[in-house]
Amino acid sequence: MEYTNLAYVAAAILFIIGIKRLSSPKSAQSGNTIASIGMLVAIIATVVSFELLDFRLIGIGMIIGSIIGATFAIRVQMTQMPQMVAIFNGFGGGASALVAAAEFFTKHGTTDLTTFMSGTIVLSVFIGTLTFSGSFIAFGKLQGFVSGKPIVFSGQQVINAVLVIILLSIGVLITIGMNQELNLFYGIIILALLLGITLTIPIGGADMPVVISLLNSYSGIAASATGFVLLNNGLIISGALVGASGLILTNIMCKGMNRSLANVIFGAVGLDEDTSSSDGKQINIKSSTTDEAAMILDAADKVIIVPGYGLAVAQAQHAAREVAEQLESMGKTVLYAIHPVAGRMPGHMNVLLAEANVPYDKLKDLGDINPEFEDCDVAIVLGANDVVNPAARHETSSPIYGMPILDVDKSKTVIVNKRTMNPGFAGIQNELFGFENTVMVFGDAKEMLTTLFKDLKEL
Amino acid sequence: MDMINILTVFILAIFVGNEIITKVPPTLHTPLMSGSNAISGIAIVGAIIATKIGGELGTWLGLVAVIFATINCVGGFMVTNRMLKMFKRK
Repeated sequence: MEYTNLAYVAAAILFIIGIKRLSSPKSAQSGNTIASIGMLVAIIATVVSFELLDFRLIGIGMIIGSIIGATFAIRVQMTQMPQMVAIFNGFGGGASALVAAAEFFTKHGTTDLTTFMSGTIVLSVFIGTLTFSGSFIAFGKLQGFVSGKPIVFSGQQVINAVLVIILLSIGVLITIGMNQELNLFYGIIILALLLGITLTIPIGGADMPVVISLLNSYSGIAASATGFVLLNNGLIISGALVGASGLILTNIMCKGMNRSLANVIFGAVGLDEDTSSSDGKQINIKSSTTDEAAMILDAADKVIIVPGYGLAVAQAQHAAREVAEQLESMGKTVLYAIHPVAGRMPGHMNVLLAEANVPYDKLKDLGDINPEFEDCDVAIVLGANDVVNPAARHETSSPIYGMPILDVDKSKTVIVNKRTMNPGFAGIQNELFGFENTVMVFGDAKEMLTTLFKDLKEL
Repeated sequence: MDMINILTVFILAIFVGNEIITKVPPTLHTPLMSGSNAISGIAIVGAIIATKIGGELGTWLGLVAVIFATINCVGGFMVTNRMLKMFKRK
């Protein structure tokens, strides 16, 4: 048993080293390998040190899980990474909840079930189950099975509050040992499943980076809680690492939108589409073609590409890289501006562009790129909207007021590619589109970039 | 092992996590997420134990937990590896 715990500590150290190596893209891949070795150590230590394990059953479970996991990992497209991470969060949370539940079913009604243990079981089942159902809703929204728009109904907040109160009461009852009926325990599972759904459905597509980060954190906290149930240091440490990671990312995403976590979860931003049209500002846009865009670019020295979710939807990352390389071969400097909440999860754009072979040192964060717009000749906005809306600076009534934005409007010319004039996910019209120095090129990002590439070559 | 001990371990682990994760650059936030996701598959340890301790119901719950956690570990590490392979300098 002592050796097992030692092996868990070793696994935890390998996880920590693995994450530490993620501090640079150069060492990151080896970091991931080190972390996976850590997992192997933990699994082997468990299998060899516990007696009377049903190896056949465990083997079957692992083979099924490996096949499903590997299939996901190999087949998923980089644009679908957010939903993949969402669904994995769900499986992680679900696994923790199931383990805690199994522990409860074995020990309930016996003296083995201490107050501490029943309390941590309740916590683990509650968080794990909520993560499970919440993640599947998030997956459904990202995959398009469930509407990406916030789904709200009257009394939603009240229902959530009631659910939480009932859950807490049942939890306390079970913990203090007043009533350990299995029916109450099932009640926790069902209510937590419901709460996961009701908390996630009102959240709009553009707020998904926050939700995924938060669910990521929950899956870690659930694992930690299960570690408390089993008094297992391996689970406690690993779960805490993941919990901390998810919370930090959640915080970064909220800052990227200048909104509080509460506002993201309960605000249902993206629903009220007529808030903006009501102020009646008419925007006069200049619509243009790709060959005009090519001519503008021909005269430029410095070009900054601003990718957004539209680029991911159109799978236009390769086409964007082709245009960028063409521009570079014409002697121009090309950089990419990455907003922290561009896309549907933290780092979404970076992964897409990495897939398209864009060197990562060309990708600049908000803070680094904003001064660069001052002497930028052309900014090309590809399917990004709210993150480049200047209203965030001055329009106090705007839902995105105060959000740090990319200062594309400071460039001499801004070329904006969008599919239609539909407002962005925050549901507000973008005044940038009506600026003197903005030209709009409508169309699917991939088609537009492919034509632009040809036009540039024909110059 | 008593409560205070494991609570200490938990709190220290959060501090360590905080230290190392704030150093991960935004470019790697997606791999960080999928990688940490794989790490939360550590629940597999609990799942393996559950197949033994749980009686009949516990065994079946344990089996489902093993499947879920394995999806998490295998899928998470593999997809993270796939992504990290793509990050290149010029």
